[in-house]
Amino acid sequence: MSRASTAPVAPPVAPPKEGVPVQGGVGTSALRPDGVPKVKGEFAYSSDMWDEHMLWGATVRSPHPHACIVSIDITDALKHPGVHAVLTHEDVAGRKTFGLERPDQPVLASERVRYRGEPIALVAAAHPETARRAAEAVHIDYEVLQPVTDPEVALDAATVALHPSGNVVRHIHIAHGEPDPEADVVAEATYEVGMQDQAFLGPESGLAVPDGSGGVDLYVSTQWLHVDREQLAASLALAPEEVRITLAGVGGAFGAREDLSIQIHSCMLALTTNRPVKMMYSREESFYGHVHRHPARLNYIHGATTSGELVFVKARLVFDGGAYASSSTAVCANAATLCCGPYEVPNALIDCYAVYTNNPPCGAMRGFGAVQACFAYESQMDLLAAKLAMDPVELRLRNAASTGTVTPTGQKIEGPAPVAELLTRVRDAPLPPPGSPGTPDIRELPGGVSNATHGEAVRRGIGHAAGYKNICYSEGFDDYATARVRLSAPAGEPVVEVHTAAAEVGQGVATIQLQIARTELGVEAAVLRPADTSIGSSGSSSASRQTWMTGGAVKTACEAVRERVLSTAAEVLGAEPGELYLSNGLVMSLELGAVYSLAELLGDTVVEATREYRHAPTSPLDANGQGNAHAGFAFAAHRAVVDVDVELGLVKVVDIATAQDVGMALNPQAVEGQIEGGIAQGIGLALMEEVQVIDGVIRNPSFTDYLIPTSLDMPPVHADVLELGDPGSPYGVKGVGEPPVISSTPAVVAAVRAATGRALRRIPMRPDDVAGLTDRSPAGEAPREPR
Amino acid sequence: MSLEVNGVEHSAEVEPRQLLVYFLRENLALTGTNVGCDTTSCGACTVLMDGRSVKSCTVLTVQADGAEVQTIEGLADDGKMHPLQDAFHTEHGLQCGYCTPGMIMAALGLIQEGGDLTEKDIRLGLEGNLCRCTGYHNIVKAIQSAADEMRSPASA
Ligand code: FES
Ligand code: FES
Repeated sequence: MSRASTAPVAPPVAPPKEGVPVQGGVGTSALRPDGVPKVKGEFAYSSDMWDEHMLWGATVRSPHPHACIVSIDITDALKHPGVHAVLTHEDVAGRKTFGLERPDQPVLASERVRYRGEPIALVAAAHPETARRAAEAVHIDYEVLQPVTDPEVALDAATVALHPSGNVVRHIHIAHGEPDPEADVVAEATYEVGMQDQAFLGPESGLAVPDGSGGVDLYVSTQWLHVDREQLAASLALAPEEVRITLAGVGGAFGAREDLSIQIHSCMLALTTNRPVKMMYSREESFYGHVHRHPARLNYIHGATTSGELVFVKARLVFDGGAYASSSTAVCANAATLCCGPYEVPNALIDCYAVYTNNPPCGAMRGFGAVQACFAYESQMDLLAAKLAMDPVELRLRNAASTGTVTPTGQKIEGPAPVAELLTRVRDAPLPPPGSPGTPDIRELPGGVSNATHGEAVRRGIGHAAGYKNICYSEGFDDYATARVRLSAPAGEPVVEVHTAAAEVGQGVATIQLQIARTELGVEAAVLRPADTSIGSSGSSSASRQTWMTGGAVKTACEAVRERVLSTAAEVLGAEPGELYLSNGLVMSLELGAVYSLAELLGDTVVEATREYRHAPTSPLDANGQGNAHAGFAFAAHRAVVDVDVELGLVKVVDIATAQDVGMALNPQAVEGQIEGGIAQGIGLALMEEVQVIDGVIRNPSFTDYLIPTSLDMPPVHADVLELGDPGSPYGVKGVGEPPVISSTPAVVAAVRAATGRALRRIPMRPDDVAGLTDRSPAGEAPREPR
Repeated sequence: MSLEVNGVEHSAEVEPRQLLVYFLRENLALTGTNVGCDTTSCGACTVLMDGRSVKSCTVLTVQADGAEVQTIEGLADDGKMHPLQDAFHTEHGLQCGYCTPGMIMAALGLIQEGGDLTEKDIRLGLEGNLCRCTGYHNIVKAIQSAADEMRSPASA
């Protein structure tokens, strides 16, 4: 990874005053605090939770995507030796439904099931096998209904309503600029995105422990402890303080842990049996047990002048939300507001729908609505470039957004928006050497060691794409994070302890919090308390927001602690607090140098502060989709180089160059990890990852049939990291996690189009598509409707 | 049946259908070995059996009768981390870490096979171990640096 510093817009933040920077502070590649336990096998994942007396829970799920429940008979299940409880909807003590944005999903289905895999009953037994067997002995009579599986059909007013509110979860209409602008050149096409799975490696699991007085402690892998607790308390009919959640080790998340899985179920079983209850999904159950990335169908019309200036974008986007709302309303908002791409678009007319169907529920996945839109708008930019006979990068540069650009919602981009620079950097990055003709190493060819091709029909292609993403929560949401920081010197050495509820899901927010504490207090010994609900909310580990938000909260709390320490020191010394600062365990004076050791000054006292941090407020969208809906934006660009066997439809990604503005790299090594991991998921969506749903049923719920990139699929990545500093965030940071996954996908598709000359309007691209068996229309022309 | 795990002899009566990974995790409480799939696809459960890497979700406990099994917990020497553990930590070869024990054990198997270990060899050798977080580059770097250290005469 190379780091490029261009003149920062906001000053990059130096440690308070001058002094020798503390070891492991911000801007260094400090090592992860959980790294040692993780490499030693000692880190306790939620799946490792254990109690001598625990029972195992199992879930009875609907085999039908749409049916009425006629009866549920649990008598046989209860007779199984070793079974301690069998629960149904009747046993839900409080609110019978839950949901992230609207509680429309039954905790346990009562009258109707709306997707294949919907939970109906729960079993607790002494052994997991007994629990599974007893679950099979729960007899349910269904009246099977015709599933609604096509979102367009769901939108039709004549179609049966799957929910009392109808089948539209949300419709956003954006009308920006002139209603009927004229363009010289018009490009129109329809694109499709398949359903992607987050495919975290550690399946849903956790342990619920009853406290003996009606409350419960839950140890679980999740992304947002407090929103889990809110939903749990409501459905368990408990006060929030009676439900205590501690983050157990998380084996990846990527959005899939935003919604509840085992949380309410395990607590219901634990409270009923008065025994600890462990639940753990198998990989197959996991495919049914969490939401996926929304499949989408996106119709676009771009209009431009003959010289390549965008005149308008018209789009109709339909997102399949599946059976329940989950975070569909926010995904819809992201897609709609970001759907013109990081470009100057003076006129836009957008309609974006998220709809209910009887497909598996869809919700959060890394990139959250921006991914689907980016594939379509970047494909459109290439199509338009072909029509204009213009270089695709040139067309993008001509229209690139920059600071001050007004987005189609009327929001002015305040921070850096270096779209042109990012594109230029990836375009100009050195190219990999051409594939060696003659005696190719088959391991280097598309298809690899399966020896499918000897290279006769292999063509190289290059594609570019840029994308952007809103950071933090939008549309007026009260987005905040809480941190408590304690400074003390228990053994004659200063130690800072940080406590937040931010979920470390692998992304590295644990490291970041400690780095900030070290820098702000000049103390190297920093420890993190386990994330739990005994402190205020940190919000979710999503929307690339934790470094900004929880980072901001830790920084603010540290500043409060520092202020108190320095004013004490100033009092003792008879100096002004402004003349003092902390550095490497010392209280320093601007004039006199070191005046105190921090430990000496602290003695037995503990200085503690708890602070909430909020980003600048955002506002909702009005009826025309206008409003300053977003707190900030992050940008990236990608260039993909691919080799394609154009006859067999096999693709090998040879090289990825990327450039991304991260604001400030608080931990360069972690930034690199996010970029590479995100690109892997972007390549996966372009080439192989799809949850295949036919008639509402997932056909490939396993890692043998749902493929994710392996070590052989991952190309070299050349990352140019810009640190331009966002004026609105602590240290100028921007979120890092999502941009890598957004424009990498369309870059790969563009490269495959360049190699094959085919239109390729659907992702993931299957070998049949790449080889031209499904649609033979060439890249530069309007295709036939995708399947 | 009896087997040796991380140098300790264990004798146990087990159900014939029990998988080795559950024997390790549940009978011996060695939870460092993870389960990520049910289909021998992910490699999170990789351990060494008589020096060769196997996916312990695909081995019956009884098949390990008389074998020497090494798991991630048996790698550190008297509290001193193994070069592979060190390298994964310092090269940022992990994020969520769920794949890490399996990756490290698979890498150890690969290194112990001897012979050259180019970047391509490592990638081929790890094809059966999925990682969803890192994009693999830092994993490959970590293995290369550990292999170099393990093979340098100084550490022999
Ligand atoms: S758990 Fe053994 S290969 Fe996935
Ligand atoms: S570090 Fe998360 S799966 Fe590899």
